[in-house]
Amino acid sequence: MPSVRMPPEPTPARSAGSIRRWAGLDDAEVVRGVRSGEREAFAALVSRHGGALLRFARTFVRSEAAAEEVVQDTWIAALDGLERFEGRSSFKTWLFRIVANRARSRLQREGRTVPFSALGPEGEEGDRPAEDAERFDASGHWRQPVDAWTDETPERLALRAETRGAIEAAIAALPPAQRAVLVLRDVEGLETEEIRALLELTDGNQRILLHRARARVRLAIERHMKGGR
Amino acid sequence: MLTCREITELVTEYSEGRLSLRDRLRFQLHLGLCKNCRAYVRQVKATAGALGRLPPPEVPPELEQELMRRFEGWRRGRG
Repeated sequence: MPSVRMPPEPTPARSAGSIRRWAGLDDAEVVRGVRSGEREAFAALVSRHGGALLRFARTFVRSEAAAEEVVQDTWIAALDGLERFEGRSSFKTWLFRIVANRARSRLQREGRTVPFSALGPEGEEGDRPAEDAERFDASGHWRQPVDAWTDETPERLALRAETRGAIEAAIAALPPAQRAVLVLRDVEGLETEEIRALLELTDGNQRILLHRARARVRLAIERHMKGGR
Repeated sequence: MLTCREITELVTEYSEGRLSLRDRLRFQLHLGLCKNCRAYVRQVKATAGALGRLPPPEVPPELEQELMRRFEGWRRGRG
């Protein structure tokens, strides 16, 4: 039987091609394109940073709908303020700052406070150590050492769907301040000083929060590996 | 000498390069002698590395479309 030939799809090639063209350029160049009104340049920026902004917005507001609104407000504010972007910080950090501001004013309007404002790490869970004291003997040596992992390659940990699921669930379960710091430092790779400024944290608090958050995610992977074997 | 428990408390300062030279050497000396702590530090580093490789969440298409509509409005508004 002769194969049935499907009529060609209407070609969105022009627009997809243009987005691809922008996708190869760095933020500063794409931002210039947006300033001169290039639709595809804006689409490329949204596709590049949209997901990260959404993840960051989720650290401030509880509902997904609210996080999406914060992201929408952020892009609109970014467009309006684009002329003022001077490139002193990276464009991503600039966007994150708008997310933090938008989320803060939204919470304020609703008469709520930022989940981690004025909360040092002490506010979240006392001065508990990152690892369970039960794991050590009286002299501070391992009583229950960590189990070897079936895989320790960061790439594979992040790519295997089940492990990634366990990691993402662990992030979602973190107290808000730990989640915000971990997302900005480890997931987005921002500099420590930028994170302190964005979240209005002291240097010490920021480090304790990161430490606890990483310990929790490591433990979640450990449990996942144990259960998964 | 640092204890294993202290290693687990210092691991972030260590990997973020925040330990003094003296403490870094003490930390490394312990690692050289303790395979449990080596495994622990390796796992913490792998955890941080995996976090940096998580794909970003998807932007819902409706939000993307709304943003493009807003962009058109912004562009028209500038004349």
